[in-house]
Amino acid sequence: MDFDIFIHILIAAIAAGTPFVYAALGELITEKSGVLNLGVEGMMLVGAISGFIAMAKTGSLLLAVLCGMTAGALMSGIFAVLTLTLMANQVASGLALTIFGVGLSAFLGLDYTSVALGGVPEIHIPILASIPVIGQLFFSFDILIYFSGVLFVAISWFLYKSKTGLLLRGIGEAPKSAHALGYNVIKIRYIAVLFGGAMAGLGGVYLSVAYTPMWVEGMVAGRGWVSLALVVFASWRPARVMLGAYLFGAITIAQFHVQGFGIDIPAQFLAMLPYLATIMVLVFISRDKNTIRLNSPASLGITYHPDNQ
Amino acid sequence: MFVKIEPRSEPSKTMKYLSPLIAAMLMLISGLIIFTLLGKNPVEAFHAFFIEPINDLYGIGELFIKASPLMLIGTGLAIGFRASIWNIGAEGQLAIGALFGGYIAIVFNESNGFFILPLMVLTGAVGGMLWASIPAFLKTVFNANEILVTLMLNYVAILLLALLVHGPLRDPNGYGFPQSVLFADSAILPILIEGTRLHLGVFLALAGVVVGWIFLLKSFTGFQIQVAGLAQKAASYAGFEYKKLIWIGLLSGGLMAGIAGVLEIAGPIGQLLPSVSPGYGYAAIIVAFVGRLHPGGIFLSSLLMALLYLGGESGQMNLDLPSAVTGIFQGLLLFYLLAADFLINYRVRLSSSQQEVN
Repeated sequence: MDFDIFIHILIAAIAAGTPFVYAALGELITEKSGVLNLGVEGMMLVGAISGFIAMAKTGSLLLAVLCGMTAGALMSGIFAVLTLTLMANQVASGLALTIFGVGLSAFLGLDYTSVALGGVPEIHIPILASIPVIGQLFFSFDILIYFSGVLFVAISWFLYKSKTGLLLRGIGEAPKSAHALGYNVIKIRYIAVLFGGAMAGLGGVYLSVAYTPMWVEGMVAGRGWVSLALVVFASWRPARVMLGAYLFGAITIAQFHVQGFGIDIPAQFLAMLPYLATIMVLVFISRDKNTIRLNSPASLGITYHPDNQ
Repeated sequence: MFVKIEPRSEPSKTMKYLSPLIAAMLMLISGLIIFTLLGKNPVEAFHAFFIEPINDLYGIGELFIKASPLMLIGTGLAIGFRASIWNIGAEGQLAIGALFGGYIAIVFNESNGFFILPLMVLTGAVGGMLWASIPAFLKTVFNANEILVTLMLNYVAILLLALLVHGPLRDPNGYGFPQSVLFADSAILPILIEGTRLHLGVFLALAGVVVGWIFLLKSFTGFQIQVAGLAQKAASYAGFEYKKLIWIGLLSGGLMAGIAGVLEIAGPIGQLLPSVSPGYGYAAIIVAFVGRLHPGGIFLSSLLMALLYLGGESGQMNLDLPSAVTGIFQGLLLFYLLAADFLINYRVRLSSSQQEVN
């Protein structure tokens, strides 16, 4: 294989992996606080259409991002009220959120079906971008991809170097102890869930405004669910989330490249690859029960309320 | 007046049954608001959406046609959900059931025989169970999360069906359209009432609900499932093999979804298409919860959910309401249910003085 093609694929994989980066890092924070929100797919869809409408109406990327993040956060707010205040089952509530999001995004997008946008320009960072290979690889992306990198650094720092991050992890491990120490578990979980929603919304905006700048009903196409699997795959660590996201980005684009090489495989078969890969990865990572148990937040998915203790 | 929320000493049985009704009421009220926001006369829109579709015999028939797959799948899923086994893969299991059953119909398209329909139902059931056995195997052997595996398999199943209908199962005389031959009469479920499309499959669906009922509430395995759902540890102390329950929980969903897939293609559709379900597999999750994971309740909630599908179509035809509203109603219904369930364990008290509150 030609070296240029390799670089080209790598760049495409990073772009294709970016929605996973946003959604999975957001879900990582939510899950670290002990809450399992299965509504990522729904939040991404609503974020995608909200950002898309904002972009189509105003042409402002900043507004599109803000609208998408707000929409995602509002969606996760419903989930938070149900699970944290009303103590509803997290699995059922997350599923409800996805079903609702699929319906709501289809409804909001009725007037925008197959409308195309101009996309988001790449930013070639002066001097650095002209370095051969590396310049192409790391310094010629659009702003949302750079931002996802910044987000990764910020989240890694937050989780492992800041006091609040330690508190968040503590709440995910032992909410009762955190409560006994005087921390407001429910409030902090609210914030973590809302952050996860905003990030899922942003991942959706990246898809609809930058990656494939066009609105198609259900265009998230399972990426929200793959993001959930990525968090497990990454054993709840941000760096591995990034690795997994780009790996899945590569698998997502493989279908276009395989056909580009003149290999005749039906399109539907290639489209199955990301889903099959997710299953294989889940099997690979889950087969050792102890690893999962050691790495997953101990209170993940369990309803907690201070009154019940 | 002060509002105080306090835990009940024990869960309220009344609220357990009242909460789905509260959820349905809230959904209907939200409907009025949504219709108004869309600039429609709310009363007129309400009539078009919730009453018009079922005010004649034909409409009632349509209601049961739509409710059939929902009650079947809902019952199958409830068996798993009761043991906290989350099969989200009914949509894919339905597609594979349709594929298997449809294959029989295509192979025997030239022959006539009473065996064809039963054989279709049987192979469809096997297909659904085979598809559900993948997550069961991966969960029992590799501990892989069944929610994510079943969900991923939905996408795979739908793509597989599309792949085959675009390819080997395509009607050779169909001008290249991605659809199979039209099924022969012997592969079509007979109509029960003239002037409607109500077909024999409705009885099959009702029978499925009854079988599910007996299994869940009268059999020992059903009892084990309930115990496992309430307290997994207690179940393992009692020596119940949780792995067996995982298999049963997933296969029952696959079985019912597979049959539902055959009902669709041998009923209203009459051939294999790249897409055979308007999201019944997901809607049935809501049906199961709103029906309180009880086959009797599931029967009732499947009718409500079927009405939402019919209302979406009717509202679009008569009032130009977007049919996507259906999805919003479905989601809202489940939200309201989950919220109303709060009242099972908590009560809201109004008291006249602050003193009493404290």
